[in-house]
Amino acid sequence: MAEDLYREVILDHYKNPRGHGVIEDADASADGLNPLCGDEISIYVQFGDDGETVEEVKFSGRGCAISQASTSMLMEMVKGRTAEEIAGLPKEELLEEVGIPLTPIRLKCALLGLGVLKVALHRAKGTPLPQEWAGLDELELT
Amino acid sequence: MAVTTSKPLDARVLRADFPAFEHLSRGKPLAYLDSASSTQKPRQVLDELRTFYETSYANVHRGVYKLAEDATAGYEGARAKIASFLNAPSEREVIFTRSATEGINLVAYAWGLDNLGPGDVVVVTELEHHSNFVPWQYVAKRTGAEFRAIPFDDYGELTLESLDEIAAAGNVKVVANNLVSNSLGTINPSERLGAWAHEQGAIMVVDAAQAAPHRTVDVQALGADFVAISSHKMCGPTGVGALWGKRELLERMSPFNLGGEMIRSVKLDKTTWNELPYKFEAGTPAIAEAVGFGAAVDYLTEIGLEAIEAHEHELLAYALDKLGEIEGVTCYGPPPERRAGIVSFNVDGVHPHDVAQVLDWEGIAIRAGHHCCQPLMTRFGVAATNRASFYLYSVPEEIDRLVDGIQKTRKLLG
Repeated sequence: MAEDLYREVILDHYKNPRGHGVIEDADASADGLNPLCGDEISIYVQFGDDGETVEEVKFSGRGCAISQASTSMLMEMVKGRTAEEIAGLPKEELLEEVGIPLTPIRLKCALLGLGVLKVALHRAKGTPLPQEWAGLDELELT
Repeated sequence: MAVTTSKPLDARVLRADFPAFEHLSRGKPLAYLDSASSTQKPRQVLDELRTFYETSYANVHRGVYKLAEDATAGYEGARAKIASFLNAPSEREVIFTRSATEGINLVAYAWGLDNLGPGDVVVVTELEHHSNFVPWQYVAKRTGAEFRAIPFDDYGELTLESLDEIAAAGNVKVVANNLVSNSLGTINPSERLGAWAHEQGAIMVVDAAQAAPHRTVDVQALGADFVAISSHKMCGPTGVGALWGKRELLERMSPFNLGGEMIRSVKLDKTTWNELPYKFEAGTPAIAEAVGFGAAVDYLTEIGLEAIEAHEHELLAYALDKLGEIEGVTCYGPPPERRAGIVSFNVDGVHPHDVAQVLDWEGIAIRAGHHCCQPLMTRFGVAATNRASFYLYSVPEEIDRLVDGIQKTRKLLG
């Protein structure tokens, strides 16, 4: 049923996203695109005094309810964790939080934010990149 | 010529030819509104594929035995059907490809790399499918030619006022355009563009993948130099398409794929090319699929392209009416008289992926995304749209269910 997929907690995060916005002069940031459906997500990270712990994290962009809700949940999940911890965060942990059965296509929507966040941390801190992530393998036309 | 009848079609009767409609989707009868992406297949085509494999299958053009002769006759017979369907002057000008995309790539590589350079201009439109956009952008970059795109207006129709300015940019050498836009359904003035291309001394390349299923495509009347079509969008199998090209151009062109079949003689120091069309058909082709493509062309011809076009028009007008009544729904594209049976729309505040997902649970298949037309989406300022598209087997009840589904989506997510 469509109602199972768009359960209340998903709709709540979709309609009232947590951590929605932009951090000017962010310590780390990255943009990602899911070319299948045109979802776009940018993530901004600010570290605490130790330079490792995520003190503030925000996201902006547009996309489907699944991508927006899962990224909103991700924002709550990673605050207070270190870059290293987040780089090692298994996608299953986020998917458990999302808590709905997803087809392979919708899985890409749900995991877009996590991929973008890991790319941002990789750029700022050299933490490992995820082995696979949605939509970030854009080829430059040369 | 393909059109033999103007008798209206009965979609309910034709629907029975398509086994896909005998199965439920998510427990509900299938409302298939994604024919612009790919069409369902009638029994007549499926039976032909099976019969061919069971009774006439071998490799083509090689064996001297009976079965190989039968297979070659089937394959070449399909070529003749497609040549007649397109009103091509000669069967030798019809090349079997893997898809319309491959047909366009063939021209871009085999003609473009040898004939383009700095100072030349390659012209496409902002309405193109990526398949008739990216190959030209790429080949222009490879050869140092300039790449320009004709813009379109708020209705999704090309604005030809820009042509003079484009002509001033250099030597226009290629004009590439889709006859029908796959995301908006716009029927483009390809004939006019072709005349303009020839005035500039350019070649005209028409992507007719979205047009050939729906209206008569007469390559001579179009005044084009190359026309690409695709089997799977017109009730035929996947994996096969056709490229028609003018013989004098095809003969002067370098080969595209190299290997077996496309050669005349191979020596250690030199290879010469086979005659048309085989020069462009390296390797064992999609033999049975080509035969199925021929059967699909027979199927469409018997129904009549005029009847198909009229039926789609009726559904399109009905859909635009019904969707227009829903609050918060925006439809894109030109007025119904200037478009094929395609409706691109958005539901205020609901991402197309979510619309398509809710509709799926109602057994309704639509497409959500950028439809391989990112420049077009950018122009409209949207990331994606929903697209419902109709074909000869579509019925008004499917549109009613679409409307109910959109209402449900709005209630859930709006």
